[in-house]
Amino acid sequence: MLKRTPLYDLHVSLGARMVDFVGWHMPVQYAGPIPEHMAVREAAGLFDVSHMGEIEVTGKAALELVQRVTTNDVSKLDDNQVQYSTLTNESGGVIDDLLVYRINAEYFLLIVNASNTDKDYEWIKGHNTAGSVVVHDTSGAWALLALQGPRSERILQDLSDRMLDRIPYYWSQWMQVDGVNCRVSRTGYTGEDGFEILCPADSARHLWNRLLVTGQDRGLVPCGLAARNTLRLEAAFRLHGNDMDETTTPLEAGLGWVVKLNKGDFVGREALARQKAEGLKRKLVGFEVLDRAPARDNYKVAVDGAEVGHVTSGSYAPFLKKNIGLAYLPTEHAAVGREISIIVRGRSVPARIVETPFYKRERKFD
Amino acid sequence: MANTPEELGYTKDHEWVRVSGEQATVGITDHAQQQLGDVVYVELPKVGERFESASPFGSVESVKAVSEIYMPLTGTVEEVNESLNDSPERVNTDPYGEGWMIRIKIENPGEVDGLLNSIEYEDYIKEEAAE
Repeated sequence: MLKRTPLYDLHVSLGARMVDFVGWHMPVQYAGPIPEHMAVREAAGLFDVSHMGEIEVTGKAALELVQRVTTNDVSKLDDNQVQYSTLTNESGGVIDDLLVYRINAEYFLLIVNASNTDKDYEWIKGHNTAGSVVVHDTSGAWALLALQGPRSERILQDLSDRMLDRIPYYWSQWMQVDGVNCRVSRTGYTGEDGFEILCPADSARHLWNRLLVTGQDRGLVPCGLAARNTLRLEAAFRLHGNDMDETTTPLEAGLGWVVKLNKGDFVGREALARQKAEGLKRKLVGFEVLDRAPARDNYKVAVDGAEVGHVTSGSYAPFLKKNIGLAYLPTEHAAVGREISIIVRGRSVPARIVETPFYKRERKFD
Repeated sequence: MANTPEELGYTKDHEWVRVSGEQATVGITDHAQQQLGDVVYVELPKVGERFESASPFGSVESVKAVSEIYMPLTGTVEEVNESLNDSPERVNTDPYGEGWMIRIKIENPGEVDGLLNSIEYEDYIKEEAAE
């Protein structure tokens, strides 16, 4: 039996195509991935991401526990600040990537991937040896809406009781959105300005409808998982399960900036410090296909006729109008500018390693 | 609802066929393009290549998926719609017109009788949807 978000009926009535996504009945598209993708780049899009997990860590030693299981430095956060981080195992492999919200010194909210929620919860609980900390999986209590795109702020401002322009990138606030208490952060997975709105599950339908009506004149459209994937890939945001997993480290995945080896001990620190000292044998690179054929997940990558890796995420990029992707390559083949081949149904197609992100918006904030 | 012109033949793999003497024009149906979504790439064979009926002769890719396209009749490719290289979206906007894919020389005219007519194809789509 597939799980449903509180918005399931609304997706169906909006004509969404529903798919099984890691055990959840989720909308993959409404009008289509390309128009939805373009709406987010040029106006705004609304995503139901309620399948994502919420894990709440509370108590006197909450900070210590989060610090111990994640790679980024939680002690640097102020109240209401948000941080991108990874959860690593003893070998430095990525169990999941997540957002850490510091609500206050004794209350941290972790937003994790749907497919990993149970595993993350057990892992964090397993490391909770202090006793003065409570770890709760509160995923069922929350719905999460992502309002993304350059017009997001104006749309949300019409419904909100706070001045949104005072919330910088990667900060959050409790606020009322159309009378509903929500935790709103300026975060997202699209490479655009935007907000993620965490609201009580039973208010999700009301907010979804109100946002769509309020944003209609500004070009807001509902968006599915297909557009979410192409948007995040243009921004070169990693997808756990594709671009990293427990056999790859955040260093190899190009996430060295969320690994703070000097913050004190944490799970995986020793392995990561060793890998850093020894140098990386492989790393995740971005490439652009120099052909009309899109590279897709799991296509093989070759250099001088020899197979050297595979595509972890590959797609046509609707805004860039190119075929792009991410792949792990041995470090000696991973330099920007290097030509590689993607094997597309037996045909060797030329591609070039490029700088990431593939797409970067002009930022008004940070 | 998908459009299924009466004068065409169809396959259960969702290709359409327009027979004209010894030649047949082949593409994918309106229903197929709706299911695929925005087409971003079409891979087609070369002129002169020969394919058996029901064997794959190319592929059509949307943002989300790759689908093979199957030969509705045994034959040799005489013409390929090169315009799909630059405008693959024609498969979406005009599947039975500008979105055509190949023209073939029919090898075995008897196979034409095995194609579905528009009513049979519409029934087949309904059955598939009900499953």
